[in-house]
Formats: sequence, structure tokens, C-alpha cells
Amino acid sequence: MPAAIFRQLRRILLTALLGGLLGATLVRLGPGFGVDERELDNRLSQESRQAIQAEHARDSNIAMFYVRYLSGLIHGDLGFSRSLNRPVSQLLKERLPLTLGSLAYGVLGGVSIGLALALLTACWRVPGSDIAPAFLAGACLALPAAVIALLFLWMNVPGRWAIALVVFPHVYRYSKNLLVATYQSPHVLAAQAKGLSNSRILFAHVFAPAAPQLAALVGISVSLAFGASIPIEVISDAPGVGQLAWKAAMDRDLPLLVNITVLVALMTLVANSLADLALAAWRPDVSRETA
Amino acid sequence: MKLRLRLKPSRTAQNIALVVLFLVALASLLAGFIAPSPYAEQFRDAISAPPSARFLLGTDDLGRDRFARLLYGTRVSLLLAPAAALLSTFLAALIGGLAGYLGGRWERYVTAGIDLFLSLPWLFLLLAARALLPLNTSPITSVAITFLLLGCLGWASPARIIRAGTRTLVNSDYLLQARASGISGARLFWRHLLPNLRPMLLAQFWISVPVFILSEANLGLLGLGVSEPLPSWGAMLRELENYTAVLQNPWMLAPVALLVIVVGCLQVALRTEDQIPC
Repeated sequence: MPAAIFRQLRRILLTALLGGLLGATLVRLGPGFGVDERELDNRLSQESRQAIQAEHARDSNIAMFYVRYLSGLIHGDLGFSRSLNRPVSQLLKERLPLTLGSLAYGVLGGVSIGLALALLTACWRVPGSDIAPAFLAGACLALPAAVIALLFLWMNVPGRWAIALVVFPHVYRYSKNLLVATYQSPHVLAAQAKGLSNSRILFAHVFAPAAPQLAALVGISVSLAFGASIPIEVISDAPGVGQLAWKAAMDRDLPLLVNITVLVALMTLVANSLADLALAAWRPDVSRETA
Repeated sequence: MKLRLRLKPSRTAQNIALVVLFLVALASLLAGFIAPSPYAEQFRDAISAPPSARFLLGTDDLGRDRFARLLYGTRVSLLLAPAAALLSTFLAALIGGLAGYLGGRWERYVTAGIDLFLSLPWLFLLLAARALLPLNTSPITSVAITFLLLGCLGWASPARIIRAGTRTLVNSDYLLQARASGISGARLFWRHLLPNLRPMLLAQFWISVPVFILSEANLGLLGLGVSEPLPSWGAMLRELENYTAVLQNPWMLAPVALLVIVVGCLQVALRTEDQIPC
């Protein structure tokens, strides 16, 4: 277990480093880098303008720029949003709780609905029982998240449930196939022949072997939900991180957008790592890599 | 008791889906002949007109024929999503194939890179890359940028599958024998490995197409896709933001209906039941 925790931490740190470097490169290469509109202010003296130029000249050395950027990241300084004229960390602090709340609802709701329907389909074993859920999942998969958000907005349903509807079809389809395939495996047939109860077969012989894939599915759901949060928050006018990312893209506020992307990537990784660690704690004999 | 659940769509359903897709593609390709007017032509005497014999789906706020725009928009989405899928599959074959073929630390580095790429949520990455490029571009350039971005950013998921497939092939007997015969590495890769990866590449290509169609629709609805006056499904969906107008003119939902039909038919035709697009 400690080795697994160490492995996950190493993975997260490496991603943070690479993501940070990638983010710094994007910010530096982005349009408008090094341009300061304060220089156009006629009221500023020559010395003030030179001071501003000297401030930007420090960033012309790319190595120093990376070091400063990463050191800022470590100290929680995520830069300054040009379009909203506020520190990025402050903006995120305000908006993150709403997005995290919506994600929690969305992922929990989507995974629960998807798993419940998959389980019903796999256990019920009535021909045609999968038609209604399969049709619903197919329809949801064929709709862009933004259109689902619009439908929910029209029906006055909170946007977080739209996230659940984006996550549910992926969970349903994958887990249905997984559970049906596991039910058909020889060890389950042998357990049925021995007369084991349905619940024991389900928990001990179906869920247990499928655990690595199901854990991976929860991790992927977090990533899916984050992606869906952008159009959903934009359409339902929810002041979350997704809407902030969209505003940053429209205003071409690259420091803000890149830092949000790196942060979201880290949060996705943490969610995946937690799923891995939970699996390692529950089933030490298997790991997600074997899935 | 043996399970009788169908895991895949039936052959009949697949055939119907293929016919529908063919008809939609044909109609969009023949848009120049079928559409009663050019997609950008404005009829100022018929602003927001209801459906009629003259305008089959009515007109939009600028007096443009919705039916013509839907046909041309379908052409943009249906032609360029496969183009983006082709690019992403090519990149995936190159990166995933080489990683699986070379093995060792190269494979480890590429796998770590793929994991990193996959941990970045798709739409956030698209927004970041799109914001790097000018937003006030010409319509044709915006189409190229949108689908180039989709193609360049969508390689990671197929690359992981292709790397695993290549690894299996590398350890196969016929490749061992080819290597023992002294065939050079490049020839081995291009002549013996890639042709055997073709079914996998084809599957990854077709799986990417609906994903890219939906991504374009999301980007378009957010105002970051194809720019006006060129129509695309995403751009046409922006009209739906006006709820009152949709209630009064339900035919405004025609692009959504067509999108659902096409993506649904692609899912059925390609049997993408157990795939998880990331």
C-alpha cells in the first residue's frame, strides 16, 4: 500500500511539473505576451515605462521564466487574469466549490444510474430488457453536452443533473458489457451450478473480478464530468470553473485558461489515483494496470 | 441459464443505419443541387419565416433559408469530422505504433505522455488550444482550425489501443521470423506491422468520427467553432439558446434531430457499444 501511494504521488508530481512547463510554454508563446497596456498611458513618466519594460524583460529568458512560473505555482501563485483583472487563485477559490459540488452530484448520479441500470439488465436476464436503457443511453450519447444543458434549462432542472446525464450512458454501456461478460464466465456458471445465492454470486463472483474496470470507470467519469461542466455551466449561467474557462477562451486570457487546465488535469489525476488506491486497499491482489 | 441479452446491434439494424447515413451524406454532398438557395443568401422579406413550400424549415433571424443551411452544415460536419479522425488516427498509428514497436523506455515515455494527455479533460484542452489561435478568422480558416485541432488533440486515446495492439504483434511468431530473416527495422514496421494493424486503425478511425462531430457541436454552441456565415451543426445549434423562439418554431430543432440520427446511426453501424470516448 505505501508503495502504491508513493507511485501515485510520483505520477501526480510529474504531471504537475510537465503540465506546469507546458502551461508556461503556452502562456509565453501566446499572443499578447510581454505587451502591457500601461505603457500606453501618457500620464506615466519615462522612468515608470522603463520600470514596466524591465519587469517584462525578466521574462525574455525562458529558463528564468519557467523557474519563476513553477516557483509561483508551488507558492499558490497561479498568475493574474488580464481579462478579469484579478489573481487567478482568487477566481478559482470563488468558483471551485460550485463546480466541485456539481461534479460530485453529476458523477455520483451518473455512476449510480448507469450501474443500477446495467445491473438490472445483467441480472434480470429477460430478452429485450435492455432496449429502454440502451435507447436512453444511445440518445444521451448522441446529444452534445451543451444541448442536454439547454434541455435542462428549459425544464428548470439544475445543471448538475445534466452532468449526470452525460456520465450515465458511458457508465451504463461499459458496465453492462462488463457485467454480462462476467456473468457468462465459467466460474460464475460453476457457482450457479453449486447453488450459491444470487446476491453472493453478484458480490463475490461478479463484482469482485470486475472491480478494476469499474474503478477505472469512476476515474474516467470524473474526467468526462469536468469536460461536460464547460458547456453546462455556460448554458445554465452557473458561475463555476467551466464558465470561467469559457470566458478566458473568449477573452483570450491565456494565463487564466492554462492554469485552469493544469489544475483540472491535476484534480482528474487525483480522482484517478484515489480510485486506484481504493482498489488497492480493497483488492491488493489486483491493480488497475491489469484491467 | 444462458443469457440472451444482445450485446451488439443486429445486422438488420446495422444495414438500416448504413442506408440512413448514406442518404444523409448524399443529400449533403448534393447540397448545391438540392438546396433552393445559397446558405448565406438573405431574404429580407422573410425574416424568421415559418416553414412553407418556399422555405422547408423556415428562415432564421437574418432571413437565411434554414433547410439550405442545414444541408451545407451537414456537409461541413460530415466531411471534416472524418478528416479530423484521419489525422488523429495517423498520429495515433505513428506514436502508438512506434512506441509498441520500439518497446523499452520509449514505450514507457510514450505511455506516460499518453496518460498525461488523457488526464487533461478534452474540452478544456480544446479551449486552451483554440484560444491560442486568432478568433477573428475567415470562415474557411475557422473550419480548418477547428478540425485540425480536433485531429491533433484526439490522438491519445487511439494511440493507447494501437500501442497495446502493436506490442502483441511484435511478439508474434511471423514478426520474430521476419526479424530473424534480417529484414530491416523500417521495412518491418511499414511492410509487416502497419498492414496488420489496419483493422484496428480502421476501427479507431470510425470511433473518432462521432466523437469529433459532437465536439464540433459543443464548440459551435459555445461560439468557438466554425464562424459565420458558414453553417455547421454546432453553429446552427446556437439558435436554440433562444428558448421562446424554439417554443414558437419547433422546426428549429431540426439540426438536433439530424445530429441525434447521424450519431445514433454511426453508433449502431459501427457497433461502438463498449467504447468509452475520453
